Amino acid sequence: MNIFHTLFKTSIGKKIVMAVTGFILIGFIVGHLVGNLQIFSHPDKINEYAHFLQSLGPALWLVRAFLLLTVVLHIGVAIALVLENKAARPQGYAGQKTLKASYASRTMRYSGVIVLAFIIYHILHFTVRITHGSEAYPQTLLHGEVVADVHSMMVLGFQKPLVSVFYLISVGLLSWHISHGLASMFQSLGLRSRAWSSALQKLSVVFAVVYFLGNAAIVVAPLSGMVKVQNPALLTSAGQPCSTDCQVCETRVAKN
Amino acid sequence: MNVTLRVWRQKNAETEGRFEEYEAKDLNPNMSFLEMMDVVNEDLTDKGEEPIAFAHDCREGICGTCSCMIDGKPHGPEHGVATCQTYMRSFNDGDKITVEPFRAKAFPIVKDLVSDRAAFDEIMQAGGFVSIRTGAAPDANSIPVPKEAADLAMDAAACIGCGACVAACKNASAMLFVSAKAGQLNTLPQGQPEKDKRVLNMVATMDEAGFGNCTNQYECSAACPKLISEEFIAKFNRDFTAASVRSWFAAKAL
Ligand code: HEM
Ligand code: FES
Repeated sequence: MNIFHTLFKTSIGKKIVMAVTGFILIGFIVGHLVGNLQIFSHPDKINEYAHFLQSLGPALWLVRAFLLLTVVLHIGVAIALVLENKAARPQGYAGQKTLKASYASRTMRYSGVIVLAFIIYHILHFTVRITHGSEAYPQTLLHGEVVADVHSMMVLGFQKPLVSVFYLISVGLLSWHISHGLASMFQSLGLRSRAWSSALQKLSVVFAVVYFLGNAAIVVAPLSGMVKVQNPALLTSAGQPCSTDCQVCETRVAKN
Repeated sequence: MNVTLRVWRQKNAETEGRFEEYEAKDLNPNMSFLEMMDVVNEDLTDKGEEPIAFAHDCREGICGTCSCMIDGKPHGPEHGVATCQTYMRSFNDGDKITVEPFRAKAFPIVKDLVSDRAAFDEIMQAGGFVSIRTGAAPDANSIPVPKEAADLAMDAAACIGCGACVAACKNASAMLFVSAKAGQLNTLPQGQPEKDKRVLNMVATMDEAGFGNCTNQYECSAACPKLISEEFIAKFNRDFTAASVRSWFAAKAL
């Protein structure tokens, strides 16, 4: 047998593809969350981080290509599995009880599809940057260099309630997806045993909840006004003081 | 006690089936479910109607012949009990009980409540055995078997091959059955020489038969009359991965 036959033609092979691609995607979303939590730090922090990623050039495209391949495999094999599983019972039961399967496990295909729609919107929103007008994508000075002001872009983005709600729902569904997916992955790879299956299930749910809260914080902070736009140019053009002790511009207000 | 049965009637694999209702009256609560079916069938025969076909043999929970999806669960309402060992006291007087055959593409319906589970036999022929020389019985303990391995193999060997796992699985996957049958032999020293071949052949045969893929929801073990653990599926996944990786690098036959 060769590797392609094993991975794409056998039932267990397809599950291995799901588990490995799922594992890579979970690794990515964790890194992505940690990077984005820098929104709570000084704007320079996340802008510098974003600028660093952009400056990787070919390496960045290599990573992107790898992630794209991962997503395509995850979805492609998921579609194959769903179709095969439908075909495996052409005539359904009049009423079938669910004995123990979790709700998340029974809705993987739906949570997955909505997450896919979200991923596409999210990339258009923050990577390609075309969902909103140019005022949504400001620039700033970083160490004397003009760079994208990712901090303000995120804050401006999440100040729109409709956008925020869509992000919250999508990230909620992604968390829902991994609350089953994480534990399931271990079973598919044969790394789940009776001794720790119950701990594994609980850890997966805890992981999913923590992941959701981390993302929700990023969305809610700008929406609630806790994290504000700090780009001086944007603030002055909006008629707001950029800082309380500014000596330069006319919109200066006194510290009180 | 009295119950109403809503039973799937289907003449053969070619014809369409439908539900028919039957009254089962004056039952003794300590009758088994199958004895209740016998009584209903006697009535039907007396009336000159075709009795309901259902599969059964040992009626003591060890052969795996009885089946039936009873109120949406294979083998009825009890946990870890086969249909033949399910008693009418598990139901309430006046209940309406829906009885269907096990449904899967790989288990075509033969008649009424009987589905053809020969796909399981094919999987067993593909690898559910060890090749040994026959002859005089070997000396006791000539092959040392670790206690843990023996216990685990016994757990797997409890599988009676009834197909409830397939019936209960949302995807009609046979993974619990196949993993128990392979796991039983793969844990024992006698099963080692043919382990990789067994796993690969059993998976190929299972896939060809048209069973679905496991989505790790464990409906199978929850419905299993012998409570086989889904841990065997994890072990089977592991054995399959190892066997596949070895097969990628295996030297070609001369
Ligand atoms: C960042 C995004 C995603 C992550 C982190 C992720 C993660 C996972 C993980 C870990 C699994 C479990 C694999 C296993 O059972 O072994 C899984 C399963 C699944 N995923 Fe995703 N996934 C993502 C996106 C998607 C998308 C976009 C879709 C569909 C369009 C999708 C559809 C599915 C389906 C249907 C399953 C169930 C497969 C099965 O159990 O047979 N996922 N996912
Ligand atoms: S008839 Fe033998 S197990 Fe039920």
